[in-house]
Amino acid sequence: MSDQTQNPGLIDLAPTSAQKFTTRLLPLILFAAVLLIIPLLGPSRTAYSLLNAIGINIVFALSYNMLLGQTGLLSFGHAVYFGLGAYAAMHGMNAIEAASFDGGTWALMPVFALPVLGFAGGALAGAVIGWPSCRNAGVPFAMISLGIAELIAAAGFMFVSIFGGEEGISADRMNGIEAFGLSLGPISEVYWFIVFWTLIGVVGMYAFTRTPLGKMGQAVRDNPERVQFVGYDPQRVRYLVFIASGGFAGLAGGMSAVNYEIITPESLSLLPSGFVLLMAYIGGIRYFAGPLLGAIVLTWMQSNLSDFSEAWLLYLGLMFIAIVMYAPGGLFGMVLGFARGIIQPDAAPRLTRWGALSAAAMVTFAGVILLTEVAVSRTSGHVFAPGGLPLPPSSPLSWALGLALLIGGGWAIRHLSQRFAS
Amino acid sequence: METIAFALLNGLIYGLLLFMLSSGLTLIFSMMGVLNFAHASFYMLGAYFAFTLGNFTGFWVALFLAPILVGLAGAAVERWGLRPVHANGHVAELLFTFGLAYVIEEIVKITWGKVAVPYQVPSALDFPLFELFGSQYPAYRIFMLLISILMLVGLWYLLKRTRIGLIIQAALTHPHMVSHLGHNVPRIFMLVFAAGCALAGLAGVIGGNYLVTEPSMAFAIGPIVFVVVVVGGMGSLEGAFIASLLIGFLQTFAISIDANFADFFGWLGLQATSEVGRITIASLAPMLPFLLLVLMLMLRPRGLMGEREF
Repeated sequence: MSDQTQNPGLIDLAPTSAQKFTTRLLPLILFAAVLLIIPLLGPSRTAYSLLNAIGINIVFALSYNMLLGQTGLLSFGHAVYFGLGAYAAMHGMNAIEAASFDGGTWALMPVFALPVLGFAGGALAGAVIGWPSCRNAGVPFAMISLGIAELIAAAGFMFVSIFGGEEGISADRMNGIEAFGLSLGPISEVYWFIVFWTLIGVVGMYAFTRTPLGKMGQAVRDNPERVQFVGYDPQRVRYLVFIASGGFAGLAGGMSAVNYEIITPESLSLLPSGFVLLMAYIGGIRYFAGPLLGAIVLTWMQSNLSDFSEAWLLYLGLMFIAIVMYAPGGLFGMVLGFARGIIQPDAAPRLTRWGALSAAAMVTFAGVILLTEVAVSRTSGHVFAPGGLPLPPSSPLSWALGLALLIGGGWAIRHLSQRFAS
Repeated sequence: METIAFALLNGLIYGLLLFMLSSGLTLIFSMMGVLNFAHASFYMLGAYFAFTLGNFTGFWVALFLAPILVGLAGAAVERWGLRPVHANGHVAELLFTFGLAYVIEEIVKITWGKVAVPYQVPSALDFPLFELFGSQYPAYRIFMLLISILMLVGLWYLLKRTRIGLIIQAALTHPHMVSHLGHNVPRIFMLVFAAGCALAGLAGVIGGNYLVTEPSMAFAIGPIVFVVVVVGGMGSLEGAFIASLLIGFLQTFAISIDANFADFFGWLGLQATSEVGRITIASLAPMLPFLLLVLMLMLRPRGLMGEREF
């Protein structure tokens, strides 16, 4: 402000404190308020377990985005840090149980605080694995992360005393000191545990983006040569961010250890690593809140859509490809673009355009769903009947209808986008 | 002696199969800078196409038709999938192929079912060819060896002795110059992508009945093909060839060694009953390629024969 008074010609680009409040603090407060209000609506047990899974995945996906979105490191092995953090917490939980009979230092540790142990485990793993991986970004980093994930997942099945072999290790969370008066027995009490650590994780990772290290991470993502020229070591910056990201992934792992009370070496493998990549990217890696949205949507899909359709992974894959091709900003980018489109002047023609395009996209997608479900019903035996209209796979009409929707929708998208472009 | 002979022969066949997969991937990688995650999915498609076609036309027609179909699918993916994404950068392209691998696996599951299909070795080749140290050696494996060598010679001839090979080699390193000379570089990219996918499809046709044709076969071999490409070095078919054979031998030899850690490190006081001592060399075989990958990227990031770091 003082600069402005001395040089009246200069425009101050720094956000005002009101702007800071609305763009930084307010979303976090709203998020926390939503989490606190949810139990007042009296959710069912299924809803609680879904919410708990969402909380864990939010922290996990955000920690992944510290690498991909904020530092430009594409990792195919992020579940390693999640899993190792979970194992650390699980061994801690067993130690607490043992100490509740025999005493010892572990008796002083409440189960509630186990995600701290998970954080330490994940960060330690990151510190060991990170340095050689972080020399380059891009494909070499991706390949090293893939190789290391394969190695550690294989080792997980080999060292039974640490990883518990195929059945993994389990523990009981109702032991030791009760923090905040929570026994962690009923799932509604676990919810408060998840809320607490989700908020810690979200606020911590948001704060991290505001630190000099977080800012340097973004600089390394955009232009590593220049960062080096200015006098920073890109490998060092990547390494430090990598450790922090591994730590937060471990925090999520610690939350999952307490929530599920079991962890298997499967959770170290490439599949969960791929899933967290999907969560972060579909949500939108360019925005801090993108992976948060992606975690909510994908966890919901995982638990609800998988009951509804055998082919939900196909829809997930198609959704991912569509976002990579047409909406690199992800779901959050779309929501934000839509919100801006309404606020800005001349909204009417823009909204008609969007409406027409989304209608065409819906028709195309309906065609895809129809074809897929009819194909699935060949083996499952359940005839797909949208709105009471049975579409047996033996009838060519079912296939023709699907194809017609698909081709018609595709043609409409092409036609509309060409017309709007000109 | 017996073990070594068998391991050598099987390692050679496995290595050549890997090379058939990785040669296309190396060309695509060095041309477009994209590691195609879906490459092994085209291998899987080759096996499934051959299975379905084989039911109508028999194995020998499918041997030719299935790779061509896979190649066409690859061309379509390049033209309408990869090319539009190219503008968004390498990471977007990599992620596109990653998503494609998911989608192809799910489509295969829906079309052919979740369990393995009975894709059999053709009866004309289902006999023991010769006896080695008292054990019979199946003719089909030698057939695989012959096809692989034919492919190797054909690829070498195409790239080194024909005009189109010359243009492809030029487009690898100097795409802009080739474009200025009046060649349609995007079409060359599409051709190479299609040819690479067709090779992967061929590997699927002859490997699917030798191994097993199931929806997880792409996921099982895909990462190993990456290892071959990275270890061999960017843009180097020779490197990919050496790395394929290296990994082929490494894995088959490791499986055939009947020893555990205690046998090797017993002098350090490692007990055969302890957890580390119990680990057998054979159980390490699936891990070895990834160990090689990580070490190679740490110690020599440009790979065995690569001309540049990627």
